[in-house]
Amino acid sequence: MIIDARGRRCPLPILDLARHIRDIEVGATLTVEADDPAARPDIAAWCRMRGHEFVAAQSASDGTPAYVVRRLH
Amino acid sequence: MGGSGAFLDAASGVPLHPVARQALLAALDDGWADPSRLYGAARRARQLLDAAREAVAAALGARADEIDFAANGTAALHAAVLGTLAGARRTPTVVHSAVEHSAVLHALEGTPAVPIGVDALGRVDATTFEAALLAPGVAAGALQAGNHEVGTRQPVAGLDSPVPLIVDLTETLGHAEIPPNWSVAAADARMWGGPSVGVLAVRTGVRWRSPAPPDDRGRVPGVPDLPAVVAAAASLRAVLDERPAVEARQRDLIDRIRASVRGIPDVEVLGDPTDRLPHIVTFSCLYVDGEAVLTALDRRGFAVSSGSSCTSDTLEPSHVLVAMGALTSGNVRVSLTRDTTAAEVDEFLAVLPGVIADVRAELGATGL
Repeated sequence: MIIDARGRRCPLPILDLARHIRDIEVGATLTVEADDPAARPDIAAWCRMRGHEFVAAQSASDGTPAYVVRRLH
Repeated sequence: MGGSGAFLDAASGVPLHPVARQALLAALDDGWADPSRLYGAARRARQLLDAAREAVAAALGARADEIDFAANGTAALHAAVLGTLAGARRTPTVVHSAVEHSAVLHALEGTPAVPIGVDALGRVDATTFEAALLAPGVAAGALQAGNHEVGTRQPVAGLDSPVPLIVDLTETLGHAEIPPNWSVAAADARMWGGPSVGVLAVRTGVRWRSPAPPDDRGRVPGVPDLPAVVAAAASLRAVLDERPAVEARQRDLIDRIRASVRGIPDVEVLGDPTDRLPHIVTFSCLYVDGEAVLTALDRRGFAVSSGSSCTSDTLEPSHVLVAMGALTSGNVRVSLTRDTTAAEVDEFLAVLPGVIADVRAELGATGL
């Protein structure tokens, strides 16, 4: 699953993530594509606070940062 | 004063201390002349400048001739860094913490620099920092005494540095112990109740060269704003006299805020709970827009600040929070003045949970 959070400013990308984490199976991953500079630290912090895994920071095909999160519970 | 809010952004600068106001008014009449000239009014100005230097030197554990005054704290930080770079023999590498004040980081732009990361409390590891200072080509280290955003104190006092140590005291002087082992230091009178005056301190024997064109008056070019300097020094002396009582009260109030805020759902209190500046605490709230919280608190009369990206001019989150791996959204820094009362803090704590809940409800974040 890919969440397009382009143009969404903090704290909206993590709200998008929180709304969709239960749409995937435990153990599966989803990707948040977000250009907000706060998205990286905040998605990592959200994973820590909610007990999920921050897997990687990548780039979408258009160069937008993309953050991969694994649902752990 | 119940129900009227409070000024809780002391770490951005506080109102003039009464002693500063008094000294400023007196020095406007007494200290207008150029202290380097040879007539009566100039000699009087010279005496005032020398006395101010001595007062500030005493607070820093320095000699009077090691102290100069800059236009403001940022200018003092710039002069501390740039003068140390100018005094270095070759292209210098500077080791610094990742959580230094942006004025330090900006002054280091274009210079080879080795940032040292911090732990979740915002503190560098002293052993790691020392090891980095030993690397070949390193000309200086830059480490703040206390962090301006989260209050965590850095292990400056224990550092054994083979190279000059630039120590940012801007949030520390007037509030907490000064580590004795600085080589070059900068402070900011607005943080203790003085007017806008920066302090530049350079230890005798440290290779520091003015980054400005030559000027025969000293390390900082031009005639200082002497009435402001006199007021800064007088208020520093007063603040240090008051400090034991003020510090104890502030520590209790910050402890009270930390404990109370920890009870709000999905809020992280940041920084070291004990080894910290006495007057600063910062917390971040999940699913909260920092600007919305500031606006809502301002509406209720509370002045606080934030490291959230939405509250900064650049729309970048605070580099301090990022370095700590902390949540940057919904960030609130509370910093107390010398006369912040328990009643004001309690009123703030009574208002805060509702403000956070309102912002979350507006964002549709309830129950996430």
